[in-house]
Amino acid sequence: MSTTTELQKESGGPVAVPLLELRGLRVAYGAIEALKGIDLTVGEGEIVALLGGNGAGKTTTLRTVSGMLTPRQGEVRLRGERIDGIKSHELVNFGIGHVPEGRRVFARMSVRENLEMGAYRFKGVDSADMDRVYTLFPRLAERRSQLAGTLSGGEQQMLAIGRALMSRPELLLLDEPSMGLAPLIVEQIFVIIREINEQGTTVLLVEQNATQALGLAQRGYVLETGSVAVSGPAQDLLADPRIRAAYLGEGAA
Amino acid sequence: MSLNEFWDYLVLGVVLGSIYAVIAIGYTLVYGVLQLINFAHSEVFMLGAYGGLISLTIIAPGDSPSALASVGYVALGLAAGGLFGAVTAYGLEKVAYRPLRRRGAPRLIFLITAIGASFFLYNLAGKLFGRDPLPMPDAYENKKVFTLFGADLNVTQLLLLGAAVVMMIGLDLMVNRTKLGSGIRAVSQDAEVAGLMGVDIDKVISRTFVIGGVLGGAAGYLYGTFTQVKFDMGFIPGITAFAAAVVGGIGNIRGAMLGGMMLGIVETLTVPVFGGEWRHVGAFVVLIGVLMFRPTGILGERVGRTA
Repeated sequence: MSTTTELQKESGGPVAVPLLELRGLRVAYGAIEALKGIDLTVGEGEIVALLGGNGAGKTTTLRTVSGMLTPRQGEVRLRGERIDGIKSHELVNFGIGHVPEGRRVFARMSVRENLEMGAYRFKGVDSADMDRVYTLFPRLAERRSQLAGTLSGGEQQMLAIGRALMSRPELLLLDEPSMGLAPLIVEQIFVIIREINEQGTTVLLVEQNATQALGLAQRGYVLETGSVAVSGPAQDLLADPRIRAAYLGEGAA
Repeated sequence: MSLNEFWDYLVLGVVLGSIYAVIAIGYTLVYGVLQLINFAHSEVFMLGAYGGLISLTIIAPGDSPSALASVGYVALGLAAGGLFGAVTAYGLEKVAYRPLRRRGAPRLIFLITAIGASFFLYNLAGKLFGRDPLPMPDAYENKKVFTLFGADLNVTQLLLLGAAVVMMIGLDLMVNRTKLGSGIRAVSQDAEVAGLMGVDIDKVISRTFVIGGVLGGAAGYLYGTFTQVKFDMGFIPGITAFAAAVVGGIGNIRGAMLGGMMLGIVETLTVPVFGGEWRHVGAFVVLIGVLMFRPTGILGERVGRTA
């Protein structure tokens, strides 16, 4: 993708036409403010990592983008258009696919039915979409008639990603795809995320596993208690020893 | 109990059970999408019976209608029952439950609201239609059709059983084969994620109530043809069908069918063995027995939301 390479050349500078733009985003659960004014942009074709510890506001950010939460203040823009306040079941038509934290596949539906649910916004299921998912994840093809609840954690994660792809998203929100998975499986999933990105889907990736996420992403944002603490090109974040020590869960070198 | 008697009671039990099964589906469907025990579902059933009664009083079948006319009258009764049930259930969701959902009310508030709505509706029916039982106008001549293992089957029994089976098959196909059905199943399993897939949760919940209402209302008409129509007629069948949904595993549609059938048969067979006064005890003994060994019901796999 030409856009990807352009962005990589810019290595993290301001992006000309951001696909996703968050401006001064404030989100609260009752009296508790989870996001205290977040600014973030994701350019078309990018992979952007959203990092930070527990309770930093990563999941809240994703949930706000996909319409599950309504911001108290601030804006969410997709290709320049305000989308905050639009309900999640309508937002899927704007090209946002969300792979939620904890995978949350429909346990008592088969693999195939889960994928069909992903294509719910369309009149019928396009077999080309189905084939694409089965090509990315041959394991799912083998288990297409199996109930999703009987799959392993890694397979469920693959299914959750595949299900989101069925809606043909332009922007894929991934919430901790590595959670609770063996390192080998995590590696496989990260390879596939890169492949999905190379096929033209922009990715906003929430991760606790910062080193791995920054290895994949072009740019990163580190959240700390609801604010952006640091942001910049992935290599810079990875290289900065203070950042490694403070935010990426490593002891001071 | 002689063998002949046994077959007679068994036939009655299967017929009654099929009605319980259809009502139980209404409880289990709504529980699936809202985790709510809709105690007002017994009033959906009762108003369905009045729907049948009113329509057949207006149209008034003569003394011995022809077979073809009878089919028409029965269809009218079922349709009117289903319509009354659907409107009642739709209204309940819109007026009673949706405002609570908007405000994120706790589970208990929903339950109290359901009980309150039930009291309101059956007292309203008592006020509108009187508190005395009314006979359902006969849509057909209720004669013996054939004998099976020494048990006589009459038109009413066959009608109830046939209509109930058709409704159950129809519902099962709808839930498993249609887009709305997928939406209902997805919302039952994880409403939030269903929303991410593009499922309009409000619409699915509303339609689920309507479907449960059609089944409950039509069951009300059927039940009315073999008992009578009365403002408080929903209570016992409602509670029994609720128990049936729990026995089968609440939230599980085939479980509700199985539970309904079981409780209908147990209830009826209790009569010749222990006496009529024990009738309703049998069903609840089964409920307690099943729950002791399988707290989630026969086909239930889970408690609450956890997958």
